[in-house]
Amino acid sequence: MPPSFQTLATATVLLLLFTASAVSCASLPPEDGIRIVSAEKRIDLTGPIVKVYLTLKVENVAAASDAYQVLLAFTPTEVQHLAIVKATRAEGKRKKKTYVPLAVEASDLATSAPNGANLYSVLLDAPLKPGETITLEVLYVLTHSLEPFPAEISQSESQLVYYRDSAVLLSPYHVLEQVTYIKMPSNRIESFTRVDPTSRAGTEVKYGTYSNQAPNSYLPILVHYENNRPFAVVEELVRKVEISHWGNVQITEHYKLRHGGARHKGVFSRLEYQSRPSISGASSFKNLLARLPPRVHSVYYRDEIGNISTSHLRIGSHKSELEIEPRYPLFGGWHCTFTIGYGLPLQDFLFESDDGRRFINLTFGCPLLDTVVDDLTIKVVLPEGSKNPQPIVPFATEKHLETSYSYLDVVGRTTVVLKKNNVVGEHNVPFQVHYEFNPIFMLAEPMMLISAVLLFFVACIAYLHMDLSIGKSS
Amino acid sequence: MAEPEASSAAANGGGRLRNAFGGVLSAFTLLLIGVLAFSIRLFSVIKYESVIHEFDPYFNFRVTQFLSKNGIYEFWNWFDDRTWYPLGRVIGGTVYPGLTLTAGTIWWLLNSLNIPLSVETVCVFTAPIFSAYASWATYLLTKEAKGTGAGLMAAAILAMVPSYISRSVAGSYDNEAVAIFALIFTFYLYVKTLNTGSLFYATLNALSYFYMVCSWGGYTFIINLIPMHVLLCIVTGRYSSRLYIAYAPLVILGTLLAALVPVVGFNAVMTSEHFASFLVFIILHVVALVYYIKGLLTPRLFKVAMTLVISVGLAVCFAVVAVLVALVASSPTKGWSGRSLSLLDPTYASKYIPIIASVSEHQPPTWPSYFMDINVLAFLIPAGIISCFLPLSDASSFMVLYLVTAVYFSGVMVRLMLVLAPAACILSGIALSEVFGVLTRSLKFQLSKLFDDSSSAVPASGDSSSESSTNSTKSENRNEKSETAPKEKPSKKNRKKEKEMAESVPVKPNKKEKRLLVLPFELSVMGILLLIVLGGFYVVHCVWAAAEAYSAPSIVLTSRSRDGLHVFDDFREAYAWLSHNTDVDDKVASWWDYGYQTTAMANRTVIVDNNTWNNTHIATVGTAMSSPEKAAWEIFNSLDVKYVLVVFGGLVGYPSDDINKFLWMVRIGGGVFPHIKEPDYLRDGQYRVDAQATPTMLNCLMYKLCYYRFVETDGKGFDRVRGYEIGKKHFKLTHFEEVFTTHHWMVRIYKLKPQKNRVRGKLKKLKSGAKSSSTLAAGRKNPWQ
Repeated sequence: MPPSFQTLATATVLLLLFTASAVSCASLPPEDGIRIVSAEKRIDLTGPIVKVYLTLKVENVAAASDAYQVLLAFTPTEVQHLAIVKATRAEGKRKKKTYVPLAVEASDLATSAPNGANLYSVLLDAPLKPGETITLEVLYVLTHSLEPFPAEISQSESQLVYYRDSAVLLSPYHVLEQVTYIKMPSNRIESFTRVDPTSRAGTEVKYGTYSNQAPNSYLPILVHYENNRPFAVVEELVRKVEISHWGNVQITEHYKLRHGGARHKGVFSRLEYQSRPSISGASSFKNLLARLPPRVHSVYYRDEIGNISTSHLRIGSHKSELEIEPRYPLFGGWHCTFTIGYGLPLQDFLFESDDGRRFINLTFGCPLLDTVVDDLTIKVVLPEGSKNPQPIVPFATEKHLETSYSYLDVVGRTTVVLKKNNVVGEHNVPFQVHYEFNPIFMLAEPMMLISAVLLFFVACIAYLHMDLSIGKSS
Repeated sequence: MAEPEASSAAANGGGRLRNAFGGVLSAFTLLLIGVLAFSIRLFSVIKYESVIHEFDPYFNFRVTQFLSKNGIYEFWNWFDDRTWYPLGRVIGGTVYPGLTLTAGTIWWLLNSLNIPLSVETVCVFTAPIFSAYASWATYLLTKEAKGTGAGLMAAAILAMVPSYISRSVAGSYDNEAVAIFALIFTFYLYVKTLNTGSLFYATLNALSYFYMVCSWGGYTFIINLIPMHVLLCIVTGRYSSRLYIAYAPLVILGTLLAALVPVVGFNAVMTSEHFASFLVFIILHVVALVYYIKGLLTPRLFKVAMTLVISVGLAVCFAVVAVLVALVASSPTKGWSGRSLSLLDPTYASKYIPIIASVSEHQPPTWPSYFMDINVLAFLIPAGIISCFLPLSDASSFMVLYLVTAVYFSGVMVRLMLVLAPAACILSGIALSEVFGVLTRSLKFQLSKLFDDSSSAVPASGDSSSESSTNSTKSENRNEKSETAPKEKPSKKNRKKEKEMAESVPVKPNKKEKRLLVLPFELSVMGILLLIVLGGFYVVHCVWAAAEAYSAPSIVLTSRSRDGLHVFDDFREAYAWLSHNTDVDDKVASWWDYGYQTTAMANRTVIVDNNTWNNTHIATVGTAMSSPEKAAWEIFNSLDVKYVLVVFGGLVGYPSDDINKFLWMVRIGGGVFPHIKEPDYLRDGQYRVDAQATPTMLNCLMYKLCYYRFVETDGKGFDRVRGYEIGKKHFKLTHFEEVFTTHHWMVRIYKLKPQKNRVRGKLKKLKSGAKSSSTLAAGRKNPWQ
């Protein structure tokens, strides 16, 4: 199927724009005198999430100055869907390769890039001296970048999607040699833009090798292919972590799930779904896998109208796996909501730091595999009486404090709220919340109950020993 | 009359320490009974989950959710547009608010203590909590009649009576759950007032009655039973000022309070259900006047006055009665609601109101259901009645009257078995405690004769059985003394009953014991053992009933097969699908059984629901279901329906599905729209959907929606509920499309196809269609012709 006329037109316009900009920008001096000797871009389109692996061989060609950072460029649409950028510096040859993680941050040089392209800078751990080369491995993840086309499919059709990108690497630097590989889940590729040299081998399309690309060059390509992997999108996830110093960490997760693929239209026939599972509803999914910490206990899986009985839990020594099935198979555009809750032993997560403060070490992100979380809220409910909470998260999140009330609280529990949009599996990294806690507060509630019962008995005794009648009964 | 008090007073005198010990012991026993009542009802939570059960509880749950979210004032004014589309329903004015307010208050209280329980959890556990209260109320009531021992026994029996368990397992969040407590407690306060003559208790009684009115429509049972008892007391010459205090405030205060409940309102003074109480109120005053005058005048003067008053009074009475009768007769239903009428005339409902008759719990019970629901109590009741007559007090006569009326009502409607259960428990408790009293007393007597000849008056040990035996010895002795006087009193009717009861087996030795007072050693040991076996049997049965028979929530079904437990969660699957994947304002049509669940779980607007207040509306849905596809489409389309939901059990063998209920849809539909005729759906009077079925049956919408593409599952179309192959196997739907079917096919949801553009060539066809539909919808215009 050829790409529609309109998309072709837009692509052309974009192409023109970018070539124009490339020309206009050519006059600008290359940043820091850096040049990309060779670039390899591998785009993984097999899942619902687009993962792009860049291998950049960077050389500092400047005469005297050291380079402290390497810039990466993204188009505005990419930035909107960009979930995470990770960079590492590769050292050594082949077998002995080691990777040193590098910090990446959004660059404020964005204004200097043409057409609203955004720049991210990879901060090098050691300055790159003139004449030296370095190999960078960059991974970035794009969500919601696969557009289903046709946008509505019936039960028996499989799902086709568009992916848009550039054949050449968008970079503020001069690129000497570059190649792009696009990997697709199946052999069924409806169409792809040809930018010679282009070749296809099985499930992979190769663009390149292109040499001597000017900075900021962009050659739009469009790939139309079959992708029946579950497009599970968690529209909203609220994770609530309640810490009890009596030995338990209780985690409750409220999910609002959607099938983000091509919308289902018309009839849903259970008969066909059951009798021909391979053809019928190929893009639908009926189960999800959640990876939970080891030693998890009292797991539940329910929604607002009660238990959902279709789940399996496998507890291992390194991780636990919870396989859950929503109440009904999810077809394109269908929604469902559910709640997962589980308890964890406190000693696995709570530690005392050297200064006497305590910190809890938890995993950020969503335990469901291969899902995008549009809107993640993590609430860490500290025990009543804890003070000065201080979250430490390795990436930027929105943070604020709340007070929540639970079983017999009087002053309320301090709650640290962390919010982040566009979260993917790569965000599942540990984060910490440090706080001060005086163990005497653990006894507050038992004492309260004991005194209440005591008062009750005192009141009973008093009532039995007092004569409350007004008149004297004979 | 005053025996229980006297005996308890005597017990009070007999040693402070022992008394305190007994008090603590019985308090502790009561606590345990409460725990028992609560925990035996948790089987449903343990075996299934903490979830609201069945149909009506879902409505109550939804109302409670609304109450907890919006507050009490919004609740009174709540007009629910999610149901009975397009009519809607005024919830605040048509619901008995007692249960909702109770659970709402509990929830509010807990949350103000920062205990974050959800509304659902509170609702699930309301019924078990109130059954604990009910067993305590039973203790109090029986104690008023026959003392502490009988009270504890009755409370323990009530805590686990299957009949009550069936309505109050955790999750069964229904009016009856709190109403039974209110019923027993009202009776207790009435009897307490009757025994003490205290205005304080009389006022409490009115308040408790008010709570009962708030909780359940069954309050009319109270307001008819108490007048009956008052009348009985008057007739048997037991009028006293205590009776007056027990009754008069209840009628005045109770009626005023009852009128405050929106759902009752002026019905409290205008419907025939309440007239008996007013009539007795008048009679009571007349009798009070007579007694007053009798005290003033000499016997001779009194006789003269009597004849005068009676002649005048009779005339006035006749006039009043005539006016009343005329008033009542002028209304078509004689001022009685359909349900009450069917109580008096059991055949009324099935004759005139199919919608009442279609509910299985409105059917008369079968004999096995008595055994299932009250088990061995059925055999103990006669003994209890007899011991109520030995001696007959106001309280014990009330018990007997309560039992007799409850037995009648339970025979009419299986649902009212619930009202019988407390009466059965109380009388069995009395019987068991009396029998135990006699047996242990004779045992002790024999033992003491064996060891030393001197009869020790004071028991050595403080253990409970001996203690209760001494208590009952004392009361027994007292009874013996005063037996002669009240023995003459029971009317002929009561004597006859007594004779009847005496014929039943377990009573005979009991009667003998009364005379002899002491039984041989072996016989008493045997008797005690047998009673323990009987009790054990009862307990085993109750636990079985609670665990197996009554704890299934019915929205999730399980079946045990060789490869483990299999769960059928299709209802919730369908409701969850509706709730997440349809537009929030879409209307869903289904048979009324699923109305409450659809509004509560799927949050979608329904056409009819379990509050069957509008028969025509239900008949419209019934007609649509029993019409051919096109006519049905027109009816549904005129009601703005977008989805049609049917319940189909043929694939997995779920018997209470829509095909089995279908005949009621035909009947109810045919009751309003005469073109639907029941014989059209029956072949030789037999209801079937196999090859023998009538074409009308095989072409109606219900058949088509249930069996659409069913034949493709196994190639034959074998229906596992009906046990045969279906009649029409291959057909297509033209006006509906399948949008969702659950995993086990138990719920199927269809969408109405949008109207087609008018095609010229089809004009002829349309015309013929118009003809049939004009006869069909009785003047309803088809919008697109």
